[in-house]
Amino acid sequence: MNKPLRRVAVFCGLLVLALLVRVNYVQFVQADQLSNDPHNRRVAINQYAQPRGDIIVDGKAVTGHTTTSDSDFKYKRTYTDGPMWAPVTGFASQAYSTSMLEGVEDKFLTGDDDRLFFNRTVDLLTGKQKQGGNVVTTLNAKAQAAAYNGLGKKKGAVVALDPRTGAILAMASTPSYDPGSFAGDSLSTDQKNWNAVQKKNDPDDPTLNRALRQTYPPGSTFKLVTAAAALQDGKVTNVNQKTNSPDPYILPGTTTPLVNEGNIPCKDATLTVALQYSCNTVFGKLGAEVGLDKMVDEAQQFGFNKEQFVPVRSAASNFDTKMSPDQVAQSSIGQFDTAATPLQMAMVASAIANNGKLMQPYEVDKLVAPNLSTISQTNPKQMSQPLSAENAQKLQAMMENVVNKGTGTNAQIPGVTVGGKTGTAQHGIDNKGLPYAWFVSYAKTDQGSPVAVAVVVEDAAANHDDISGGGFAAPIAKSVMEAVLNK
Amino acid sequence: MSASNTTTITSIGAPNRRNTELAMLVFAVAIPVFAFANAGLAKHGTVPAGLAEYGLGMGLLAGIAHLIVRKFAPYSDPLMLPIATLLNGLGLVLIWRLDQEPVLGKAMAPGQLEWSTMGIVLFVVVLIFLKDHRILQRYTYISMVLALCLLIAPVFFPPVYGARIWITLPGLGSLQPGEFAKIIIAIFFAGYLMVKRDALALASRRFMGLYLPRGRDLGPILVIWALSLLILVFETDLGTSLLFFGLFVIMLYVATERTSWIVFGLLLSAAGAVAVGSTEAHVKVRVQDWLHPLALQNGGVTETAQSRYAFGSGGLFGSGLGEGYSRLIGGIASKSDYILATVGEELGLAGVMAILLLYGLLIERGLRTALAARDPFGKLLAVGLSGGLALQVFVVAGGVTGLIPLTGMTMPFLAQGGSSVIANWALVAILLRISDTARRPAPSPAPSPDAEATQVVRSQ
Repeated sequence: MNKPLRRVAVFCGLLVLALLVRVNYVQFVQADQLSNDPHNRRVAINQYAQPRGDIIVDGKAVTGHTTTSDSDFKYKRTYTDGPMWAPVTGFASQAYSTSMLEGVEDKFLTGDDDRLFFNRTVDLLTGKQKQGGNVVTTLNAKAQAAAYNGLGKKKGAVVALDPRTGAILAMASTPSYDPGSFAGDSLSTDQKNWNAVQKKNDPDDPTLNRALRQTYPPGSTFKLVTAAAALQDGKVTNVNQKTNSPDPYILPGTTTPLVNEGNIPCKDATLTVALQYSCNTVFGKLGAEVGLDKMVDEAQQFGFNKEQFVPVRSAASNFDTKMSPDQVAQSSIGQFDTAATPLQMAMVASAIANNGKLMQPYEVDKLVAPNLSTISQTNPKQMSQPLSAENAQKLQAMMENVVNKGTGTNAQIPGVTVGGKTGTAQHGIDNKGLPYAWFVSYAKTDQGSPVAVAVVVEDAAANHDDISGGGFAAPIAKSVMEAVLNK
Repeated sequence: MSASNTTTITSIGAPNRRNTELAMLVFAVAIPVFAFANAGLAKHGTVPAGLAEYGLGMGLLAGIAHLIVRKFAPYSDPLMLPIATLLNGLGLVLIWRLDQEPVLGKAMAPGQLEWSTMGIVLFVVVLIFLKDHRILQRYTYISMVLALCLLIAPVFFPPVYGARIWITLPGLGSLQPGEFAKIIIAIFFAGYLMVKRDALALASRRFMGLYLPRGRDLGPILVIWALSLLILVFETDLGTSLLFFGLFVIMLYVATERTSWIVFGLLLSAAGAVAVGSTEAHVKVRVQDWLHPLALQNGGVTETAQSRYAFGSGGLFGSGLGEGYSRLIGGIASKSDYILATVGEELGLAGVMAILLLYGLLIERGLRTALAARDPFGKLLAVGLSGGLALQVFVVAGGVTGLIPLTGMTMPFLAQGGSSVIANWALVAILLRISDTARRPAPSPAPSPDAEATQVVRSQ
């Protein structure tokens, strides 16, 4: 019986060998893949095993952390003034992942970024816990507070830029949410709070970052782009010379008249007067004359039709590239399919304020390692030059005129030169929806322009006729500019 | 005279190796004690309160077992007791470590320690009262009846987590009779095959290149095989049925030395596997889990995936005892069926390989005992017991690591479960008894005037 016995012994040995090969496969070959699988909870446990780095505004952290007692995720994110900063920070939730800066810079904040490899290695050798890096933003706490409080209970968004660098100074969106309310992973509180702010449960969609991710019809504020295109194209050289503009203007190729709002002096108005009163007829005709190609080119130089990464992604603003002349005319006064994010309109104002140079918008100044050494610094970068310095100054004069004696008088700041443009964008079927109130502006000092702002208010509570850029949006823009100017 | 018998029977004059066993036992007790301290320090920052008691208790039990072996089975294999002690000790530490996770339910380590003690008591009882394993041969047919009863009994009790493998005695707890049936059925097969092996091997008809035995020889075995298979299908426990069938084929092959039995057995088992796999919903689920281990179920991560993550996250050297997250496997089986996943995560590839090699060593020592045994019954019984152990380890470890579909069985000695630990201690005791008989020096032949002319011939 020994011969089959020896074979059985070999067979049993092979069984054990097969197991050894298998565990080598699972624990060596597949180990990385399994240990980093997103469904492997250890990934998340590890992610929350040490406090995240902070997001810093004006030298102070707007984020923090707390230890949890009822979860296997040890550290939980906390936020100071969460709703106010939510469009900037986004959320870092144990149950619902991350968004905005928390999402884009997640690896840096958790300390897993490759650029922190050296720090991690040192921590490993000295037996310290892994530490996350800090994200220092360009935001201005006072401007942000002015923007957020200015919007108040209204629905809308504010973006403020430093035209000289492109640094984002304020980015507010209302209604907002508290990202700290669902930072954990508890079913009773965090899940409930998360569900409450989802669009399906709250039609106001509080988690939507309107400043970056919502496009609105820009209405009359788009006339700035049309004016820039007309100046660049040479259709207008002297902004104080009468234009040849009928009132009403029959849209080219149609019998549809384009009219102005109210009884305003638009017939053959100069460009300055046309901007002051916001003449649809003048800018509609100018846009059609400049033509589709040049209008598209100008709009795209201002940043239209492209997502911006600040480094958080913004939605792409839209200016159609295939249109008939009458559609070009309508688009040129911010109607038809034209749509812009508040960030986009702030970029338009900032390019004009910065003498024609559009700077790449950004909100992260630098990334700082746990040992406080700077890992990366954002250097201001010119994105394009939509208009020449000379034409930019002409447009500035026109915008300053709007604030001095036109539709934007609500944005006047004593002792400071302010240029602006209002917009009241109608939307909905037959324009029955409540219009959006826009205001874009900049302030200027002898060191150039330190701030450009775009404000949009979609105020469902107001009377249809009352909503106007000058009335609703301009005061908010004013207080944001004042905050930046330290007035 | 001495020259005539030392050359032919190898075990004569071999040292009895009891001191080797004692030295090994010291390690087998010390390693789990260190592991226990390690787990406690990692989990709570202090040496666990029961460390001294645990160490002393383990030492005492191992010491008693050793003394009994020294007295009642002095020539037995020196490795089996230390390996069983080490595996049992590590199992207790792993269960204690998992007890520290409140989500996994009530503490089970104290209960397991009691069961282990009872296991060692049974070990001692077997060694003291079973003077010769051939006594078991007398109970061949009683074993058959007993094994059948043990296998059928759970059908009359409510299923626990989908498998009817338990006998629940109110107030006393529950019992897994399959673990005992494993030993008893090996006794029956060994006794039966020893008597019938010549008939099975020689009185066969040649059919399509295979030697088929006569119906009347084959009958009883086919009947018990079909019965056990049927019962197990009704009890929805694939692992145990696989184990019994494998045991049956191995022992038949060794008894008859006919390769055709392997072919025959593989065909039967393939047919059985296909039939069960395509009809039993519960088996189908297992096969699906095996094919797609990481697939989500109702949006959740399955136990299969969790155990795979545990292995993968352990990597080469593991997180260290008490520092892993194998509690995520959750459910009811993390201390029993899935205990190897905790080894994989916390002791790493190195730890799992060490454990598997320990099992490999235990199995091969058992098979060596079978080789050395001088009587066919002992050979068959030893190969049955160690082959069963090998199959069980393969089925469980292979299932948990995803080599084969998962079946509900437990790692011998390591996993939580009273029946399992008691039955396996008895199994080791029987193997030790066989090896003691095998290695015991042959009695000196009576002096014979014509010794020079007589040759002692090896009988196997």
